[in-house]
Amino acid sequence: MRYFGFLILMLGFFARPVWAGLTIEITSGMDNPTPIAIVPFSGSNGLPEDIQAIVSADLLRSGFFRPIPKTDMIAMPRSQAEVFYRDWRMLGASYLVIGQMVYAGGSYQTQFELYDVLSQRKVFQKQVAGTQAQLRDIAHAVSDAVYEAITGIRGAFSTKILYIEDLRRPGPGRYRLTYADADGARDRVLFASSEPLLSPAWSNDMKRVAYVSFETSRPAIFIQELATGQRTQVTNFEGLNGAPAWSPDDRSLAMVLSKDGNPEIYTLEIASRKFQRITNHFAIDTEPNWTADGRGLVFTSNRGGSPQIYQVNLASGRVERLTFEGDYNARPRLSPDGKSLVMVHRHEGIFHIAWQDLKTGNMRILTETWLDESPSIAPNGAMLLYATQHQNKGVLAAVSMDAGVKFRLPSKQGDVREPAWSPFAK
Amino acid sequence: MFKPFKSFAVLTVVLGLMAGCSSNQQVEEDPNANVTPTPTTTDTGFTDPGVSTADDGFGAIADVATVFYFEFDSAVLLPAARAALIAHAEFLRGNSHDVRLEGHADERGTREYNMALGERRANAVRDFLVLQGVNSSRIETVSYGEERPVDLGSNETSWAKNRRVELSYK
Repeated sequence: MRYFGFLILMLGFFARPVWAGLTIEITSGMDNPTPIAIVPFSGSNGLPEDIQAIVSADLLRSGFFRPIPKTDMIAMPRSQAEVFYRDWRMLGASYLVIGQMVYAGGSYQTQFELYDVLSQRKVFQKQVAGTQAQLRDIAHAVSDAVYEAITGIRGAFSTKILYIEDLRRPGPGRYRLTYADADGARDRVLFASSEPLLSPAWSNDMKRVAYVSFETSRPAIFIQELATGQRTQVTNFEGLNGAPAWSPDDRSLAMVLSKDGNPEIYTLEIASRKFQRITNHFAIDTEPNWTADGRGLVFTSNRGGSPQIYQVNLASGRVERLTFEGDYNARPRLSPDGKSLVMVHRHEGIFHIAWQDLKTGNMRILTETWLDESPSIAPNGAMLLYATQHQNKGVLAAVSMDAGVKFRLPSKQGDVREPAWSPFAK
Repeated sequence: MFKPFKSFAVLTVVLGLMAGCSSNQQVEEDPNANVTPTPTTTDTGFTDPGVSTADDGFGAIADVATVFYFEFDSAVLLPAARAALIAHAEFLRGNSHDVRLEGHADERGTREYNMALGERRANAVRDFLVLQGVNSSRIETVSYGEERPVDLGSNETSWAKNRRVELSYK
């Protein structure tokens, strides 16, 4: 039985939800998504969250699945005994999900089962439980389990995102650092300011967020603890203080500082407050991101004449160029398996998100939108979020790493930008 | 079980102070400048030349540009900027005002790279003023990257307006 104690702690911090909200508009899907039938769970009728709808939306958004509409279902089995494979073969379903929810002792005990319709066998039977406030988490846990069993990839439906909102009107709450579920639901403002906010970054244990704030009338890096809301200013130098990035062990932040006359990459050991300079070149060096083993950083530099991606070995200081295609490559993010890189890439004057295989150097443009920026990869490596423009507003968009699936997350209010996809919860 | 949520709204008047500096002066007739005095538009709408008694000294550079533009991904000062900055430097040599330079970039490309580009542009203006004899301790530079556009459009004309350094006196 999965226990969501961590989530109870997180939810305790937040006040009444601010209904700003991102909606989801799917712009393109995979060629042959797998048809799957998700039957409304018994005992789920009338609950404040529609479990079946959340699971269907998760699986649809992944691009791998085509959920069969509830209205097409001729039967609603509640247990294995009620499952007749022929009903589901007739609908064209390859898979079937059923479940039962029982409310006992303040929690919803949920049992759910996945069936392979074509081979006529049960794939798994699992349990998950949660309080009423955790109904969405129960649904996402179901999506994760189904997705992983069928695709072999770990599901990222229970993860979180951060983003910056600009309400475009002057005032104390104009810029907001917002926290939400990966599907945009349950959004909460973590920090609001009348001055710009940039570059939100999750610590790997998801307990803290680092970001840049102009509240002191200059850009400075702050760390905020999610559980308590406590904020600490960690830099106060003249010039640039930007692009904070957590090391894999969360003990250090890489960042850009221009205090020594030029934008350079530094690392800060947070506990000891010790800074170490990493780059030493008269060009612009910025936007660092750690390698998974913590031994190196990828970063943007225009030392070659225009922005390109480089990698530096922290021990030796040796710098190696990674991108050679195009005249503008910036804001690198490594995939979780370390085998590829995504970045902002300019092609024929248009700024797209591109993907590059680090071994072969092959580059592929993933997006059809333009003015793209800030790519952030999901912790399962299957999808990425980025910021773009749509109908003259800043919106978030998502694309799968093979570019087969695309969707948009516009906000009802202002411009949305700078998404940061959380790691998996530990 | 819900703890009260502390409001993190931050009020700032910095920009209000900033906006006041360069636009809140009366333009008195200055025989040296040989320019017809034009009432400047101020925040207070105060345009009656007869009421103000003190010349706060900004008459000499009242008509000189305070915004300097740049080409894409470039921090090279254009000729128009140089001419205006020579006038500002001359003005600064005659008084003890401090100067704030804010560097900006258009929205294209990445945010933190644009922060660096904005800073490069502000520094280019600063370095030119220093070359003209202004002490660098009187010059403050800040980059806003692409965060403070003056024009929200997404086309060449709008972008050109955003690639700028704004000079203001403190």
